[in-house]
Amino acid sequence: MRQLINIELYKIFTKPRTYIGFGAIFIIIVAIEIGIKIKGDEMFAMLIESLSDKFVFEGKLINMYGVAYIILNTLWIHVPILVALVTGDLLAGEANSGTYRILLTRPISRIKLIISKFIAGWVYTLLLIILMILLSTVVGWILFGPGDLLVMTTKVSILSSDDVIWRFFSAYGYGLLCMTTVGAMSYLLSALSDNSIGPIIGTIAMIIGITVISTVGASLLKPVLPFFFTTYLTSWQKFFEPDFAIKMVSHDILIQFIYIFGFFFITLFYFRKKDILS
Amino acid sequence: MEPYIDIKNLSKHYGDIKAVDGLSMHVMPGDIYGFLGPNGSGKSTTIRMLLSLIRPTSGQIFLFGHDLAVDRYRTLSRVGALIEKPDFYSYLTARKNLEILGRLSKVHNLKARIDEVLVMVGLLDRAQSRVRTFSLGMKQRLGIAQALLHKPDLIILDEPTNGLDPQGQKEIRDLVKTLSQEGNITILISSHVLYEIEQIANRMVIISNGKALVEGNVHDLINGDDRQVTYILENPDPVRQVILGTPWETKFQKSSPDRVWFKITKDEIPVLTAFLIEKGIRIYAIEPVRSLEDFFLQLTDNEAAN
Repeated sequence: MRQLINIELYKIFTKPRTYIGFGAIFIIIVAIEIGIKIKGDEMFAMLIESLSDKFVFEGKLINMYGVAYIILNTLWIHVPILVALVTGDLLAGEANSGTYRILLTRPISRIKLIISKFIAGWVYTLLLIILMILLSTVVGWILFGPGDLLVMTTKVSILSSDDVIWRFFSAYGYGLLCMTTVGAMSYLLSALSDNSIGPIIGTIAMIIGITVISTVGASLLKPVLPFFFTTYLTSWQKFFEPDFAIKMVSHDILIQFIYIFGFFFITLFYFRKKDILS
Repeated sequence: MEPYIDIKNLSKHYGDIKAVDGLSMHVMPGDIYGFLGPNGSGKSTTIRMLLSLIRPTSGQIFLFGHDLAVDRYRTLSRVGALIEKPDFYSYLTARKNLEILGRLSKVHNLKARIDEVLVMVGLLDRAQSRVRTFSLGMKQRLGIAQALLHKPDLIILDEPTNGLDPQGQKEIRDLVKTLSQEGNITILISSHVLYEIEQIANRMVIISNGKALVEGNVHDLINGDDRQVTYILENPDPVRQVILGTPWETKFQKSSPDRVWFKITKDEIPVLTAFLIEKGIRIYAIEPVRSLEDFFLQLTDNEAAN
């Protein structure tokens, strides 16, 4: 099994497309950070203009935590694309290139192959998130330094710098869980398809489609909305509530896990019996 | 002796389409077994079922005496295969591709074995080249190298000469013969190129519409009955005269200004030739009209007619 996982990781990390994700994350985050460094004060002044007659802001509000928070907000639509770029190719790529034929005629179990590829895809997702953390915090620290975090949602909260690190790690952890769900969905589509374009586009279309439908038809879909995993993609923001408690996200986490296992087992069941015609 | 491949009443249906329909065949140890049939006759589907890429609708496959459905891992570890196009991870080198496949097959002393198979197929000097830079012929040879990697007892080659130039086709045929003779490997080779099977196989099955039309020894099947033989001559008239009243008269078919046709067995060719020469007939050439191709076409035509 370990051998299989190593082989799958090797294949992922020798494919040029894998580095599109890392490159895109690097460019987007560094561009955002440089942008904030140059124009940040101006942007921030506009943002808090309406609050300045009621509050007095002191200290460095543009700091590594503030920037990391902005980056988290910005990237929630980009990262699923980058995750699907690799996970959508894991099975469909083999079908497309015809390599199923040399792979599955070896004495290996299809179940083990499916598990190994899923784990390898998850490792890629994890590394993508780690790169996000490193770039948003390390580069943010170099450019801006630490400070308190101003969070503006339906209310304004200021979290002291010694109270935000655990929140960031929890938010990134939750983000990893959500991206694992996205990866699992993309993986399922990959098993169903013989071309990796379909699973990649399909994943993005489903996420955007469900999100749009959920927003536009919110009142109509109200009874089923709690069961869509997309409803909880932005739940990482809850970790930045001053009075955060784990029960605020436990349902959200449960839904993500149900979807991950659901997608995974459908993939497993389907692929175990799939006729390899490619 | 137990067959290496024993297929019993195998079928694969896609809805109403019967890709393979009650096929039975047996490959014995040491065979170069020709698996012959026109395009779309069910050869590739059968081979994919043999390698458990496709699940049969019904029937059984025994490899080395073990039921494939029950004992897939043990049986597949003794089989090497090249199915249709030789596809690889094109962004990796030939050596890396073989390394991945060798690890999956748990090949011992992998590096040395990779060198060995690359030497066998004449690709050692291209081991470090990415597969995307390979020609079709090179990929085909690399395909055979990967099939040999884990020292299998049985190799299944699905149309291995497809798309190759005549030189490439000959190289593959020679390689197959060498593997059989020197490597003591049993080989199942599918093809719709009849000449190819005639050249290298000792036993064969001919299938059409997913059914076996005939199975047996290539020599016996081709030589088992009469064939037409053409004698190219200066003048056919003396031939007609010399065969009058002899057994050859009944075997005479027809004549043209420079040739005559007889319907005789393969063993009768030298006898009739010697007879004609003895009678002073000048023979320029002898062409057996009947070949595996004719045999094949006759069988498939009969099947179509039925």
